[in-house]
Amino acid sequence: MNETHASPREGAAAPHALPAPVLVATAAALMALTVLTVVASRIDLGAFNVVLALAIAGLKASLVALFFMHLRYENRFSSVVFVTAVFFAVLLVGLVVFDTTQYQPDLRAAQQAAQRAGPR
Amino acid sequence: MSAPSPGSAPAARAPFLAPHFGSMGSQLDTAKLGTWLFLASEVLFFGGLFTAYAVFRANHPDLFHYAHHFLDWRLGALNTVVLIGSSLSAAWSVRCAQLGQRRGLRAALLVTLLLAGVFMVVKYTEYSHKLHHGIGWGAAYHPTAEILESLPAALRAVPAPEHLGTFYSIYFLMTGLHGIHVLVGMGLYLWLLRRAGRGDFGPGYYVPVDMVALYWHIVDMIWIFLFPLFYLV
Repeated sequence: MNETHASPREGAAAPHALPAPVLVATAAALMALTVLTVVASRIDLGAFNVVLALAIAGLKASLVALFFMHLRYENRFSSVVFVTAVFFAVLLVGLVVFDTTQYQPDLRAAQQAAQRAGPR
Repeated sequence: MSAPSPGSAPAARAPFLAPHFGSMGSQLDTAKLGTWLFLASEVLFFGGLFTAYAVFRANHPDLFHYAHHFLDWRLGALNTVVLIGSSLSAAWSVRCAQLGQRRGLRAALLVTLLLAGVFMVVKYTEYSHKLHHGIGWGAAYHPTAEILESLPAALRAVPAPEHLGTFYSIYFLMTGLHGIHVLVGMGLYLWLLRRAGRGDFGPGYYVPVDMVALYWHIVDMIWIFLFPLFYLV
């Protein structure tokens, strides 16, 4: 890990500037993945389309965080804060979707039964 | 951070060192921690909306396949490319500030601001096209015959699914909240341009440039998820 800002002396440590090729390569990778996600959406993979789209988006977001947001070179604690937030957001989405898909078939069956019974 | 030992206090305080910080280093570290905590709250903020999206999509997948024909993926892809470009120039502005390249800094800040403007112009085109054709949120969804004509023949043959208004509520809420973030970012970049013009930033002090760029990257990151989820389905 870098010790860029470890020194308490003002102006003593030169800031860790990211090399230009790293920035350009990150942007190029993001552009390429954007093309890939458009192409992937054209192929019918059924339910796997969403999984693939989210995987590509997750990879792109990781590139942005690691290089553009220089999380890779930062104090580990910044990553802990951010990853924790992402973890809980994913947990929220995941558990709520599990829950709603659990009772949805029962709900549909009840609706269809009500339709079959006809208007009261 | 360890506090500077007594007696080693700098003779003259740096111009942008707040009185409650012992050094520029501790000021930068504190700003970073605060910004990352703010970004964590942003993730949770949008997390609630992504949950609404996921629940609605899990229960009504047919709706998403129908409704995405009203969204032009080319405009979405254009805005994705524009935002990636602006993220590059935002990261570049931080690099210029750290290296003390003042002309480069001003150019990078200006490019970021302009690309954010391009994003909003595209967004405006999309929104006004939809609203003119009655594609509104919730109960305001009354599509015109003209826009229904633009649907593929296979979709026109079957009755439109219910709850399309709710789909557009989620669409306008998520992209709209993201758009508000872009507008806030534009305001921040205007402020940075003014300060950069005054020559405030350099290797010894670049906190605002770095923190605004972090905010700008998360705005980009959220769009990276919104684009495939709405436009590509």
